[in-house]
Amino acid sequence: MFVLAELEYIIRVEPRRFGKDMKREVRDELNRKFANKVLHSVGLCIALYDITRVGDSYILPGDGASHTKVRFRVVVFRPFVDEILVGKIRSCSSEGVRVSLGFFDDVFIPHQSLQHPKRFDQEEQLWVWQYESEGEPHDMFMDLEEEVRFRVVQETFVDTIPKDGQTSS
Amino acid sequence: MQVIKDNAGMLSNFEVLDFLSESQQKSQGKRPNGRGQNLATVTYETTEYLSKTPAAVQNPTCIENFLKAIAPFNLTKAEKLQLVNLRPMSQVELQLIIEEIDERFSDNKIEEILGIVSSELPPSSPPNDENPVGSDHQ
Repeated sequence: MFVLAELEYIIRVEPRRFGKDMKREVRDELNRKFANKVLHSVGLCIALYDITRVGDSYILPGDGASHTKVRFRVVVFRPFVDEILVGKIRSCSSEGVRVSLGFFDDVFIPHQSLQHPKRFDQEEQLWVWQYESEGEPHDMFMDLEEEVRFRVVQETFVDTIPKDGQTSS
Repeated sequence: MQVIKDNAGMLSNFEVLDFLSESQQKSQGKRPNGRGQNLATVTYETTEYLSKTPAAVQNPTCIENFLKAIAPFNLTKAEKLQLVNLRPMSQVELQLIIEEIDERFSDNKIEEILGIVSSELPPSSPPNDENPVGSDHQ
């Protein structure tokens, strides 16, 4: 579910921050830059884990700020294909079910992937799993806010602005 | 920005929860300003989610003991990770996590795995009534 990703980034520190603790500046800057952002083909960054290398700082012509190359690791939410996750049902539509993990909302289960036999209840606007036991069908409603387990079958990174999302089902 | 390695190692839910609550405590004294807003939000939401999972009551020792006990079964890394994260209580749950379980393990072995899971990993504090029931969707 969570992985560590190693990234490299050039940090710009403004001259007015030169007197301050460099390490803290770098940490804050990286967290500000990456926390709660989806990086393409990497995943949803949660927080800076550690800094593995800090390179030399450079001052470029025409800019008083220093530029430092840092290599660091971030905690990333990146479920692998076939992983089982637990989430809450956010909404149901005739297309499928949307599930939320609290910090990540873009999970979509298309109706083809729901259990068979199933039907969509127009009145309640919910999916119903018609579970059969001992020859009798039972209606199992997929109520909102209900916890479900689901298997990740695919991950997609949508490279569009302004909404950058990752969907899995 | 350059991606050196997009997967430099997997983390268990427990490790993430432990790390986040630690950093949350550290930043407690700091005055809240607009700069760390994203971090605060995602940290809060993630800890909120993880504190409802079995990870909330785990500790490094019990995970280590569990991994030692489960080693003879030759499970893959991902399977072991999910066992720790989800703490399966029934055969159906185990079937989802372990691929081709029927071919790889006999019924006795499956029971044995479930036994190790329930004895080595602590049960979540409110005794399981809030856990999802059913196979994978309910």
